[in-house]
Amino acid sequence: MNKILFFTIAAALIQSCTNKSDDRLPILGSREPVEKNVNGKTVVDTIYQTIPPFSYLNQDSIAVTDKDFDGKIYVSDFFFTSCTTICPVMHRNMLNVYNKYKGNPKIKFLSHSIDIKYDLPSRLKKYATKLGVEGNQWEFVHGSRDSIFGIAAKSYLVSAFEDSTDPQGLVHQGWFILVDTKKHLRGAYDGTKENQVKQLMLDIDKLLAEEAANEK
Amino acid sequence: MRNRIIYTLLFLLSISAVFHSCQNEEGINYKRYYVNGKGIYEKNCQSCHGADGKGLGTLYPPLTDSLYLKQNKNKLACIIKNGQNETIQINNVPFDGNMPANPNLADIDIAQVIVYITNSFGNKQGFYSDQQVLNDLNNCK
Repeated sequence: MNKILFFTIAAALIQSCTNKSDDRLPILGSREPVEKNVNGKTVVDTIYQTIPPFSYLNQDSIAVTDKDFDGKIYVSDFFFTSCTTICPVMHRNMLNVYNKYKGNPKIKFLSHSIDIKYDLPSRLKKYATKLGVEGNQWEFVHGSRDSIFGIAAKSYLVSAFEDSTDPQGLVHQGWFILVDTKKHLRGAYDGTKENQVKQLMLDIDKLLAEEAANEK
Repeated sequence: MRNRIIYTLLFLLSISAVFHSCQNEEGINYKRYYVNGKGIYEKNCQSCHGADGKGLGTLYPPLTDSLYLKQNKNKLACIIKNGQNETIQINNVPFDGNMPANPNLADIDIAQVIVYITNSFGNKQGFYSDQQVLNDLNNCK
């Protein structure tokens, strides 16, 4: 009797170990359950946090909206051109990601400037060119104070604010946020750490594979 | 017999240790400055100029051009302390950005970071003293 019990437990344990965990990336952010009525039965569905509509000006002074990111996987961050602390490190790393997916129509990059006053499109253009970025696969955008700081805190969950005690007057975090084709948050990576940025590239590949599987 | 060999070896080892410790003062200072300079570089310069000194695009100039660093050696202290607003040419590429000033760095910090930069990234210029930095700073434009 004991033996049987032992073997069943052992078998269950081994099974649980070999059970492949779902290796899809999680959907981050807040979620709420909604009850739906499907064919007379009540089903609970989950609504995940999504990136709301937005409209900014990019480095070519062209309006960029959420529509330009429909059906795209994209990486978003917050920076400003005169920042000498973490931004150069972030964009040195982001440039590696950009160069890896350069020309891939499914991938985009969205860098929001938090320096509302000075980082006008002309200045963003100069910055992008000097960084070695052409075209609009990587958008550097300028927006109103509320639209930039609001979307940072509420939608991308990145802390960014104006602070008069800081030598440069602006404080922000260096997260790279990975957003999928349905505008769900799928990952957050410290853009100043090389190993996390490597993980970001692995996860972009994972998302690309997921999209390819969905299309079939 | 075996003991004798061991004793001889130990003796030779201690002799060489004594000789090694008698390095000239500049040699020791060079090493001290270089190590401290690396720390100062990481804190104040690395974000833009990079861990490998290669800079970033044409936003931030590389520190790998030994010619520029050699020809402008006595300007380096001023650039580090007061920042740089002029357009400079590195390998025939213009860089017109502003480098921020580092008013908080003491003369010795500047000497140490100059020793680190001018002896890394393919540069090999040797020691630079804080006295030289003081002289350079007195001649800033």
